[in-house]
Amino acid sequence: MNNVQSRSLIFKVILTGAIGLIALFCLAPVLWQVLTSLKTGQEILAIPNRYWPQHYTLDNYTVLFTDRPFLRYILNSGFVSLASTGLCLSIGTPAAYALARLRLWGQQFILAGILVVTLFPYVLLFLGLLEILQALKLGNNYLALIVPYTAINLPLTILVMRSFFQQLPQDLEDAAQVDGYSTWQMLTQILLPMTTPALVTTGILAFIFSWNEFIFALTFITQDDLKTIPVAAAQLSGATVFDVPYGPIAAATVLGTFPLVLLVLFFQRQIVQGLTAGAVKG
Amino acid sequence: MISSKPTAQRSFEGWILVIPALLLLALVFAYPIARAFWLSLFTENLGTRLQPVFAGLGNFGRMAGDGRFWQSLQNTGVFTLLSVTLEMLLGTTIALVLNQSFRGRGALRAIVLLPWALPTAVMALAWTWIFNDQYGVLNDVLLRLGLVHSSINWLGEPSLAMLSLVVADVWKTTPFISIILLAGLQSISPDLYEAHAIDGASPWQSFRKITLPLLMPQILIALVFRFAQAFGLFDLVQVMTGGGPGGSTETVSLYIYATIMRYLDFGYGAALVVVTFSLLVTVVSLAARLLRKSANLLLSDE
Repeated sequence: MNNVQSRSLIFKVILTGAIGLIALFCLAPVLWQVLTSLKTGQEILAIPNRYWPQHYTLDNYTVLFTDRPFLRYILNSGFVSLASTGLCLSIGTPAAYALARLRLWGQQFILAGILVVTLFPYVLLFLGLLEILQALKLGNNYLALIVPYTAINLPLTILVMRSFFQQLPQDLEDAAQVDGYSTWQMLTQILLPMTTPALVTTGILAFIFSWNEFIFALTFITQDDLKTIPVAAAQLSGATVFDVPYGPIAAATVLGTFPLVLLVLFFQRQIVQGLTAGAVKG
Repeated sequence: MISSKPTAQRSFEGWILVIPALLLLALVFAYPIARAFWLSLFTENLGTRLQPVFAGLGNFGRMAGDGRFWQSLQNTGVFTLLSVTLEMLLGTTIALVLNQSFRGRGALRAIVLLPWALPTAVMALAWTWIFNDQYGVLNDVLLRLGLVHSSINWLGEPSLAMLSLVVADVWKTTPFISIILLAGLQSISPDLYEAHAIDGASPWQSFRKITLPLLMPQILIALVFRFAQAFGLFDLVQVMTGGGPGGSTETVSLYIYATIMRYLDFGYGAALVVVTFSLLVTVVSLAARLLRKSANLLLSDE
């Protein structure tokens, strides 16, 4: 008995240690940016490092809004992400329903194709897209980001929504058909209200992926006031290499990550569900 | 199944619902790849005044003798191997911890999810700051602990810069692996472990005999996803090192980007896209075959 007790004690100590280390590993880089962003320039460059600021300041943030249009960048990111998420759900949900319920010729082929494109790195796509945008004169236009972002989120949306539709009882749709509903009416009037939780899950994932996208945003948008926040933050620099604005950069990273921190805090259950449904059931 | 409508009509309606999505996917994924295959047969750069001139397989011949391409391929391989291996080990450990029951498990899961959800390009700035040679907190901690005697120039030395990228990538993407593996762990019945423990098996033995084999599908899925992502990694490298110092961390995707956007060498850039795409498809389809085989093995075992 004693042996078992001491064994479980050792296990508990190891587990607690592991939990602490994992939390530290995941949080430290983010917390360090928060602390850096609240320090004065002098404290940021102190050697050895001063971990806790002695004089808290918001100067690094105000400079982003007065000297640079960071409010605009945040709004750009928010608009592009919301628009593409909405578009993605409204195109992807009907497709997911059809692939779940209506037997289509070549359905396995379509699903395999959808799964494969999730593996394509975006760097393989930007040249072809750039040519299309130039031909249509859509460079420096929100659409240059909204359309690709809608597409890159479609595979996950279709896979997650499809697995959701497959879990719904078929009786409901049969009854609706007997009552004379068309497929479209059934989808919008009966099924859509029931799919709200799944729509929230996939919508959050699509929003995160759109907010975080970098290479398309870097390539397709060159006009400063249309830039999204990851690109704007990455391009923050001083007049010379000896004059890197560490404080404002830290503040910009905090601004760029803050909306996503909120999403993770409030919707972690949905995010985990969506990720596993998309990766495993597909 | 009751169906008051003829199958042909249902199928027609189905296509109406699917086609917008398929068209968009074709436009954004299929067209650029197909276009790259076509463009790779032409020389289209400043030398030809950006006009396409048919070159046959000339671009691929040029690639064979392009040291910078081979260097970038090697960098990509080293980066992918190191980061995916470390992520699998760490990701499995984190998943096993998250699978235990303890107070604050939900909070830890949210914390673990955080690095995955944050923008890579933005967090690359955070890591650049941590690795800063003069003011970086990593050097400060190492100096205080007495592990080093002078500051290390993390992003300025070729192999250290690669190591720094790997560390940042492991931080960013381990959560994804943990979440996928955790789902797999939770689907394993606890009865299996109890029966095994009664037979006198140690925890390590049950991990090897029960957990690993049953987790194999999730492990392979995570491996395939992570391989593809690491192989095409762009934003982290672009922001942290820009491929430097001296091209020692230039990945294939960075080389493609520079070829197209900086040197305006569209034909050669397209050829680089074609080769990278083909490599990726080859490895992924091999992995998919392995995936199917292991899934069959599991089914036949049960």
